[in-house]
Amino acid sequence: MNINLTLISQAIAFAVFIWFTVKFVWPPMLTAITERQKKIEEGLAAAERSKKDLELAQARSTDTLREAREKSTEMIGGAERQAAHIIEEARTEATKIISMARVSAEGEATVAAQRAKENLRDQVALLAVAGAEKILRREVNAQVHSELLASLKSEL
Amino acid sequence: MSTEALTPTSYINHHLTFLTKPVGDGDFWALNLDSLLTAILLGVIGFGFIWSVVRGATSGVPNKKQAFVELAIEFVDDQAKAIFHGERHTFVAPMALTVFVWVLLMNAMDFLPIDIMSVFYHEVLGQTYWRGVPTADINTTFALALSVWILMIFFSIKVKGLGGWIHELFCSPFGSNPLLWVFNLMFNLVEYISKPLSHALRLYGNMYAGEIIFMLLGMWAATGVTGVIFGAILGVGWSIFHILIVALQAFIFMMLTIVYISMAHESH
Repeated sequence: MNINLTLISQAIAFAVFIWFTVKFVWPPMLTAITERQKKIEEGLAAAERSKKDLELAQARSTDTLREAREKSTEMIGGAERQAAHIIEEARTEATKIISMARVSAEGEATVAAQRAKENLRDQVALLAVAGAEKILRREVNAQVHSELLASLKSEL
Repeated sequence: MSTEALTPTSYINHHLTFLTKPVGDGDFWALNLDSLLTAILLGVIGFGFIWSVVRGATSGVPNKKQAFVELAIEFVDDQAKAIFHGERHTFVAPMALTVFVWVLLMNAMDFLPIDIMSVFYHEVLGQTYWRGVPTADINTTFALALSVWILMIFFSIKVKGLGGWIHELFCSPFGSNPLLWVFNLMFNLVEYISKPLSHALRLYGNMYAGEIIFMLLGMWAATGVTGVIFGAILGVGWSIFHILIVALQAFIFMMLTIVYISMAHESH
């Protein structure tokens, strides 16, 4: 175990290896590691952010859903009310139409009956005149009797 | 190995002798080629692998190789962050990564079975003497520890200024009273000497001891059937325990490196 020149040669070799590591090995590795750390950090932050976003979106969707449900309930209620109203209206209208139709039909019937009565009256008068004519053939003066008949007709 | 008689002494000597090539006069001017080449090869493989992964690194989803490298880098960076208060990315953290990866790989050479590796070194590399664990060479651990030590002083002066550093040598930890200057200086000298010593010797001692245990078990296995059985069982146990030591010593070496450098940045 003599100390000899090996000591100095090994020291030189050591110095060269240190220089090599300081210059060529350490910096690129450090850069890569630091960059990766930054990437991981950013990734974690992004994950956190999107988690928060998701929570917000979920809350918002719940709100929207509830709102929609309320609105649809309201709409259905309104529609039902409207339908009931329309039915009610239609019913009233129909009743009105029916009663009007009845009134006009009654009126018409009265008029027709009147007309038929008048016709009948005319014909009865004619028939009476004709009958009287047949019976009283000769002596009857149509002029005189027509006055009598007219008075008779008005009495009918 | 095959040329000499196989005795316990020759066995141990064989495993504990470096491939030392003299490059000048005197004991100091020699190179342990085995430690040096193994260390450089491991460094090139280790940092080459990390570099190849890092070059294609993506900030998106990483593949398995990148995830593995990132795991190592973030592990080291976490330690640096906990200890060093300042801009660590410019030097301290990558330096800690260098220390950790390199020491871990060099320690991990101890996992390779010494006698099989001896055959490999002998037959393939043609070397009788070749020690495979660079951190079991005190030159390697002192090279690392003294480099850290020099960096420590360098950063101390850089942060506090030369005057501030000298002021700290004389005026801390006991106080700035002139009567205490000598004690402060002695205290600091002891600290400055003990830091690289303990730093280097802790790693060296652990790895060296690990090797010795494997050799002793190998020698036991050479004594007969009983030795083979117990050598194998204890060898397995020691190997498993050694996995812990290898990783732990690399970790401790890295932690002390960060601690020393960050202490240099703090003024008392």
